[in-house]
Amino acid sequence: MEAQIICENLKLGYGAGVLVDGLSFTVEKGDYLCIVGENGAGKSTLLRTLLGLQKPLAGKITFGGGLQQNEIGYLPQQTFVQRDFPASVWEVVLSGCQGRCGLRPFYNREEKQIAKNAMEQLEIIPLARTCYRDLSGGQQQRVLLARALCASDKMLVLDEPVSGLDPKMAETMYRLVERINREMGITVIMISHDVLEAIPYATHILHMDREYFFGTVEEYRRSRFGNTFLQPE
Amino acid sequence: MSAIADKLFMYFQYSFVVNALIVGVLIALCSSMLGVTLVLKRYSFIGDGLSHVAFGAMAVAAVAGFTDDMPFILLVTVAFAILLLRTGQNAKIKGDAAIAMISVGALAVGYLLMNVFSSSANVSGDVCTTLFGSTSILTLTKTQVGMCGVLSAVVIGVFVLFYNKIFAVTFDENFARAAGTPVGTCNLLLAVLIAVIIVLAMNLVGSLLISALVIFPALSAMRIFNSFKSVILCSALFSVVCAFAGIVLSILAGTPVGATVVMIDMLAFGAFYVTGSLKNGG
Repeated sequence: MEAQIICENLKLGYGAGVLVDGLSFTVEKGDYLCIVGENGAGKSTLLRTLLGLQKPLAGKITFGGGLQQNEIGYLPQQTFVQRDFPASVWEVVLSGCQGRCGLRPFYNREEKQIAKNAMEQLEIIPLARTCYRDLSGGQQQRVLLARALCASDKMLVLDEPVSGLDPKMAETMYRLVERINREMGITVIMISHDVLEAIPYATHILHMDREYFFGTVEEYRRSRFGNTFLQPE
Repeated sequence: MSAIADKLFMYFQYSFVVNALIVGVLIALCSSMLGVTLVLKRYSFIGDGLSHVAFGAMAVAAVAGFTDDMPFILLVTVAFAILLLRTGQNAKIKGDAAIAMISVGALAVGYLLMNVFSSSANVSGDVCTTLFGSTSILTLTKTQVGMCGVLSAVVIGVFVLFYNKIFAVTFDENFARAAGTPVGTCNLLLAVLIAVIIVLAMNLVGSLLISALVIFPALSAMRIFNSFKSVILCSALFSVVCAFAGIVLSILAGTPVGATVVMIDMLAFGAFYVTGSLKNGG
């Protein structure tokens, strides 16, 4: 197995406010890593750091196994700008190929094909000309997932992909991500606030609290973290 | 009806009318294309703030006695555009406060300078002219028309070349940055383009009314169209038609050019708003 990301002794935060200290973990090709923990534990900050949107205060992140930092597909939490944005589904998905363009101003045929394939995978071809703002929450998430697939065929990073979706749509979303992971061999890193929902699909767990746990799902179930966190109330 | 047509035909014989129409349409085209991005990025007020800066710069140029003030105004406005965008990012003073501060500051400095140092007998007339536009669009020289043409071509060319990047950065800046799109460069580019357009637009509508050219076409198009591309195209068409109609009307009726164009923009926006409401079922 090749390690795609190795994090050693990460210290993360903003200025004086340290959110994460002494965090180490490894992500290998094909893993499905689920990041769980309380609000404010620094989960989103960790993702932003992995994506290169902010710098770690200390520690080291190494990319390997043929993965570069800008080859990660990202599904962000929705921002308010996007909600009333006039853009067709096709335009949004295609914009995922922007990273492949470099300085070239327009998309080429290959990139358009990639976008088409991604839409096919997520069954949103019929929505191509629909306006993004007119879609349901679940459909919007699918569109953003397709966009993330355009950006990378190696790794996806998802920030609370099911927040705000009803249980049925959340289930569909989990299954789609699982298929992307198992069938396409794409590594998945996902933040989830719902451990019980997310764990059946994951191979590894990173639990962020005052202390950290990192290991396989089996190890997590046996650990004291898992014991307290997974017990039904 | 034919009397009006005759009158129009007569006016079109004059090169100053044709010049005004060319420049007006070009300015309207540029400002409306960028307007969509500005509105979506919540930058509508940057245009307003920068136009006041341009007013201040114009006053400084007048006092210093530059014969050709355009390059100087352009330079100052571009510098402030970059400054405003940067303060928006690291936020020691929040973006909107910084814009408000710079915009009123520039207005005050400009007015003060014009008042104290002006050699003209009619200071308030001069100020009013720069703020609300004037007949200056009807007295353009050949060089000014040429310069306007070149700058517009540059703005449109850059916009088309960076269209896909601008879309990506406007829709989701974080995603674009994660994918390696040069977000900082794109924002810088936008700032420079806005500055150029504002300096151009001062000729047409004056510094206080520029925002109208940026906002109305974009908001109108967004009421009706569903894709980014169609919104941009509609916005451009909307703006060009309104500017053309506004200039012609102002010549016929003898009204101030800038205010007439903005009035037509508002009326057309109303029409688009109603149409949009009907289309979306209330």
